[in-house]
Amino acid sequence: MTATGSKNESPAKAKRPLPWPIRFYQSDVGKKYVMAITGVVGLGFIVFHMLGNLHAFEGSDQLNHYAEGLREIGEPIAPKTFLLWIGRLGLLAALAGHLHAAWALSRSNQKARGAVGYEDRNYLAANYASRTMRWTGIIILLFIVWHLADLTWGVGAINPDYVRGEVYANLIASLERWPVFLIYLTAQGALALHIWHGAWSLFQSVGINNARFNHWRRNFATALAGIVAIGYLTVPFGILFGIIH
Amino acid sequence: MDLKLRVWRQGGAAGPGGFKEYDAKGISEEASFLEMLDIVNEELTMAGEEPIAFDHDCREGICGTCGLMINGQPHGPQQGTATCQLHMRKFNNGDTIVIEPWRALAFPVIKDLVVDRSAFDRIVEAGGYISVDTGSAPDANLTPVPKEAVDAAFDAAACIGCGACVAACPNSAAQLFTAAKIGHLNLLPQGQPERLTRTAAMVDTMEEYFGSCTNHGECESACPQGISLDYIAQMNRDYLKAQLADLRRSGQK
Ligand code: FES
Repeated sequence: MTATGSKNESPAKAKRPLPWPIRFYQSDVGKKYVMAITGVVGLGFIVFHMLGNLHAFEGSDQLNHYAEGLREIGEPIAPKTFLLWIGRLGLLAALAGHLHAAWALSRSNQKARGAVGYEDRNYLAANYASRTMRWTGIIILLFIVWHLADLTWGVGAINPDYVRGEVYANLIASLERWPVFLIYLTAQGALALHIWHGAWSLFQSVGINNARFNHWRRNFATALAGIVAIGYLTVPFGILFGIIH
Repeated sequence: MDLKLRVWRQGGAAGPGGFKEYDAKGISEEASFLEMLDIVNEELTMAGEEPIAFDHDCREGICGTCGLMINGQPHGPQQGTATCQLHMRKFNNGDTIVIEPWRALAFPVIKDLVVDRSAFDRIVEAGGYISVDTGSAPDANLTPVPKEAVDAAFDAAACIGCGACVAACPNSAAQLFTAAKIGHLNLLPQGQPERLTRTAAMVDTMEEYFGSCTNHGECESACPQGISLDYIAQMNRDYLKAQLADLRRSGQK
């Protein structure tokens, strides 16, 4: 029975049962699980990457050696770069899942809101971070693409001084340009906001809720957002102040 | 006190709507918000104008019929209070008060400030009950229930279905309502036999009409009954279980 205001214009047609992961993903609650789980994958990568960056403070040899070491994870059991590629594909899949679910959910929400909005709206609990998740997400996505082009693919138009394998020199060549410094600052701001809401929100989405530790969920998100932002920004600031040179 | 009202007027479901301004003069601080509207309506009627249509019934905060967006807050500036329990002492002389209906695709305006909330009924019909054979009443305390579970179920059962959670949600999500209606049954022994099918059916029905939760927490702060976001987490967990469990073996299919 379709009552007034249903989001489905056409009545649901009888469908044969699909396998449960697909059926689960078809629901918004299922998509929120995907948002949360892929978000955790992303958070894992973000922390791992941040720790790796700190090798920049040990100097050129150490950073280049660390970067080369990433290609050699799993050697000699696995061929060179094999596990690295598994990791990359996993991250790509997580990113794709996160994006698709986010896109589908915001469409569903937009539809649910209807045509007329409030003239006056006074938010009590929603905060800047929670209300800008879509935009901080887009900033982070654009940053990832630019960052890869700058320091992984070495696209000439973006980083003309790029030399493959010279991680340390590439990093400095890129960050010595002040617009690049600003890009990092913006992206880190967006990331911190995104994590501050996301790393709290994910607990609710997957139903991890218990009076014994609920207050830690917010603290966890705050700490993670702070640690990640500070950890990442040490490198551009290190270059700015000549500590990394 | 004297107030200026900016009220959404809409002749009918199809009709275009718009804001109209009214003066409310000489309103007592002791008046409730709805009494203030009654006074304005009386004057409108005397002047031969159409009174402002708004929903109300019990006027004691228990039925969930009332519900207005007042100055951008569902049920107005006093938290934990339904519109009918809001009093004019919460406002100051000379204030302009903006009054709007709940906004959501699933809550179409019927007239002025009255919206159709029957999408909530569809959610409850999908599983917000327990199936029991009727007969003579069971002995009291036949089914032991821990006090904590009773309290938690009762907190969820306090939901009056006013729709403030949907009105407050930037996504027009009905998670808090649905989670409360699921929660008060799923927390009690009597609710266990249908726990998973109930959760799945009610969530699926909810999603036909409403948006999804992005954990803003607006619903919780708008709820006149102070229902907690914790029930939403419980609903999400039960929804996953409903997907994973062998429903036939657990007797739920
Ligand atoms: S009129 Fe019944 S709750 Fe307000």
